[in-house]
Amino acid sequence: MPRRIFFLVMLGAASALFLYPFVWLVVAALKPRTHTFSNVFLPWPSPFAPENLVAVWEAAPMLAWLGNTLLIGLMAAATVTISSAFVAFGFAYFRFPGRNLLFASVLGTMMLPAVVTLVPTYLIWNTLGLTGTQVPLWAANVFGSAFYVFLLRQFFLGLPRYVFEAARVDGASYLDLFWRIAVPLARPAMIIAFVFELKASWFDLMKPLIYVQDPALFTLPRGLKAIVDQFYQGGDPKWEIVLAASVITTLPLIVVFFLGQRYFVQGIATTGRRG
Amino acid sequence: MGVSTRWAYVFMLPWLLGLVIFQAGPMIASLVLSFTEYDLIGSPAFVGFDNYRRMMEDPQVARSVYNTAYYTVLHVPLAIGLALVLALMLNRITGRAAGVFRTIFYLPSMTPYVAVGVLFLFLLNGQAGVVNQFLALFGIDGPQWTTDPAWIKPGIVLMSLWNLGSTTIILFAALRNVPGELYEAALIDGAGPWQRFRGVTLPMISGALFFVVIINTIASLQLFDQVYTMFFGNQIAQQSYGDSALFFVVYLFQQGFQFLDMGYASALAWLLFAVIAVITFVQVKVGNRFVYYEAEER
Repeated sequence: MPRRIFFLVMLGAASALFLYPFVWLVVAALKPRTHTFSNVFLPWPSPFAPENLVAVWEAAPMLAWLGNTLLIGLMAAATVTISSAFVAFGFAYFRFPGRNLLFASVLGTMMLPAVVTLVPTYLIWNTLGLTGTQVPLWAANVFGSAFYVFLLRQFFLGLPRYVFEAARVDGASYLDLFWRIAVPLARPAMIIAFVFELKASWFDLMKPLIYVQDPALFTLPRGLKAIVDQFYQGGDPKWEIVLAASVITTLPLIVVFFLGQRYFVQGIATTGRRG
Repeated sequence: MGVSTRWAYVFMLPWLLGLVIFQAGPMIASLVLSFTEYDLIGSPAFVGFDNYRRMMEDPQVARSVYNTAYYTVLHVPLAIGLALVLALMLNRITGRAAGVFRTIFYLPSMTPYVAVGVLFLFLLNGQAGVVNQFLALFGIDGPQWTTDPAWIKPGIVLMSLWNLGSTTIILFAALRNVPGELYEAALIDGAGPWQRFRGVTLPMISGALFFVVIINTIASLQLFDQVYTMFFGNQIAQQSYGDSALFFVVYLFQQGFQFLDMGYASALAWLLFAVIAVITFVQVKVGNRFVYYEAEER
């Protein structure tokens, strides 16, 4: 038993270290600029300056950025989940010529670093006249994504085949099999895909840097980058704005995490995604 | 072609289109572009191996390769070592408490990288940052983490160690899959704690360890968001510390999308691709010697 207590204490200390940056961030965001770096070991803001949270909405179009991020994130996550499930069902249910080769292409693209295709992908969107819009931030997801195809195929392979055969005998079409049987059964795995992609989209800095120049179209990370460039250094630093904007960029994801925690942990533990 | 085969291809259609348009096509296109000079205006001009020759002589390529290697060599073992220690401790307590700690360790991974970069600009601030205030408690005069070229990369490594959550979860899951009978058998044979760790734990989680080495390496080689947030994009800030935070993907991004040197950027992308492929290949070769695969087959 004393050994268990030792490990609890050690883990508690480690937890304090991991949590501290969050506490500091929230506390510092609620202090006047002159106190950003003072009282740093206090877990509450002193002096208290809640007006920072108002100031940040006035300094930058945070609400529009939040809306953009949400909309793009939902589009990215919804399209990738549905299309990946569609393809994954095809891999799991059918036997057809070229299946192994195609599945090898799924595994192959999982290893392909996104950077390799960065320039040509830009040229595609440029040719379509869609650079400068938010479309490139999510639209490629309608074709599914290797990682989720792989994840969902594994899930579908685990479903008993007789469920589908019985439905076929009852006259269900292949689309029915997918939409009425496979999708409802695969809900947990589809939620994993959805929350991972929502997170990935919410994190993304490079695509917004490349594709959107109009600040009205920024996502939160892109907007936060603009705020840092404007207010962190230079003649007139406004640290409280930078910090409050960081809190606003982070908080929604933390909420998503607590709502979908079980799916995140399951997704990482079973598939080994470096989330 | 039977009806069911035809339907199979209907289900494959999104993947096939995506593969051609957004994966294989661009991959080939970027290889072709790497032999051209192209700035979006006009059409690409064939220049043979010029971009690759330029790469060999470009001091900033050398710089960014060095910086990226420096970071990877420090980050991967430190991150995995620390995550393993955390996972081993979690495995000793288990139960509800382990779940709570696991959640806490994962929380930093839910912080968007731009926000992580911002946060550590403040925490690592040389004059007044928390890290240096903490060091001062022990009488240590902390370095200028964000401006001194000699300390920028160690600071970035320190920042990266805040993000251990996924690695910890993967290793913890692997530890929980180690069958208890093995430890009982080892105990009966009189194995001490270190022998149990060397003889039972390590072989049984070697697959997971190998896996986290590969994914952490690949991710390290592509580090961008945090570093770009902290050290680039703001011209005034950029001059003070030269190229000490110039990572490979940052340089690639600058060449492609700031200088619109699409041909050169494509060549850089292929260099990175080749390096990642070679490193992964070597890791798989070496890994196969050490990984105990029965652990996977259970």
